[in-house]
Amino acid sequence: MSNAIESTVPQRHALWVRVSHWVLAFSVFTLAYSGFYILLVHPRLYWGEVGNDLTPALLELPLNDNHRPEAWQQTVTFDTLANTPISASRTEDIFNANGWARSLHFLAGWIFVVAGAFYFAFGVVTRHLWRDLWPRRGGSYSLLQRCAYTGVAFVLLPFMVLAGLAMSPQVVAAFPILLHVFGGHQSARTLHFFGFVAITAFAVGHVAMVVLTGFGRHMRAMIVGR
Amino acid sequence: MNKRFTTRRAVMKGLASSAAITLAGCSTTEPPTYGNVLRMGDWLTYNAHRLLLPRQSLAREYDLRDISAAPAIGTTDPTDPSQGGFMQEFAEDYARLLNGGFADWRLTVEGSVAKPSGFSLEDLKRMRSRTQITRHACEEGWSAIMEWTGVPLRAVLEAAGVLPDARFVQFHCYDAFIDGIDMLDALHPQTILAYGMNGRELPIAHGAPLRVRVETQLGYKSMKFLRGLVVTSEFDDNGPYGQIQNGWSWYAGI
Repeated sequence: MSNAIESTVPQRHALWVRVSHWVLAFSVFTLAYSGFYILLVHPRLYWGEVGNDLTPALLELPLNDNHRPEAWQQTVTFDTLANTPISASRTEDIFNANGWARSLHFLAGWIFVVAGAFYFAFGVVTRHLWRDLWPRRGGSYSLLQRCAYTGVAFVLLPFMVLAGLAMSPQVVAAFPILLHVFGGHQSARTLHFFGFVAITAFAVGHVAMVVLTGFGRHMRAMIVGR
Repeated sequence: MNKRFTTRRAVMKGLASSAAITLAGCSTTEPPTYGNVLRMGDWLTYNAHRLLLPRQSLAREYDLRDISAAPAIGTTDPTDPSQGGFMQEFAEDYARLLNGGFADWRLTVEGSVAKPSGFSLEDLKRMRSRTQITRHACEEGWSAIMEWTGVPLRAVLEAAGVLPDARFVQFHCYDAFIDGIDMLDALHPQTILAYGMNGRELPIAHGAPLRVRVETQLGYKSMKFLRGLVVTSEFDDNGPYGQIQNGWSWYAGI
């Protein structure tokens, strides 16, 4: 088949591609949704190891009242220490949906990791990754598309997993290098947020392109494979 | 800094509208899933960490100059009726003990131990001590670095003589909450019962006279205002006084 014919014939997706696509899409959507609820509890971002309501923020996201809570009552000044840090007590309840949001986030994270590993393994074995996604000219997808797909699948999403793991106390105790790579717990959290923004931007662009270039045809190809 | 009480009432309201998190009480030998889809993910995380990660790795420790400002959240005064964990009976006891400078306070150690005991603050301070500067990571998303001084939980458990069937340590607190950790975390060298913070006596807002520090889990497992320990051979969700029925993961190592 020549390249010209390939690029006009709708892509035929193998069953394993279709299944992984939808499982991954569902898990990434759930990760974004639950992640946003987690962010709402503390919409302040910092750089380095520490950051809290009593320290300056790199970025305060005015998503709700939690970004700049004022209900603090100073209780202790630790003049026992050279830098005399303070402590203050929170005096009002804040919005917090992390009970379910965190558990949902990690459940979706597990589904993502398992489906991602499945996709990667099949992609390597069938040469799908090289044939259809690796940035090069020719084949069904343009160079720009290939760059976008490769960038999201093999750079951005793995980066999100690592930045997420860098916030886990048990994981960083076992692998302290994660803290050093990301520049600290709060830096990892901030980068995790920017990763979320980038993935959301990709998802919006991806869906827009699907709609603009033949929604029914693309959906049929990704659902029934023809 | 235990967070979960912050919004205990809000969580309870949320639960009413979220049938997926409604749980029945139960006791099993494993951290439970209750057949609940969210708890299944937590169960997977717990078992994956225990299976795949090296055992008892040390959390990073910091320098004195790294110590930061530190919020106190959750229960910051067990005698304040407006706070989530308030219970009249405990509040009266706590007020009395506080008045006496905690001289009459005792840490009871019961359950699967050879010698059920009651340790005074002086008893605990006579045991070996550990000082560590660690990062407290709150589930809300913030973090703070503080210095803690206390007795390794392992030393207290050794003094009481843990029996071979022991699998969990439950912390009972004056703010009426109960939560626990498994033996691996309980015997972790950095898991201490802290009576000192940043070179001072542990302040009330941070859990005076004694609190737990579990450095391999999120802040909400570091229970404040300790009353006693119960060593158990079975998992216990502690009903409405525990995390799980309030919608929180029992295991918070992630």
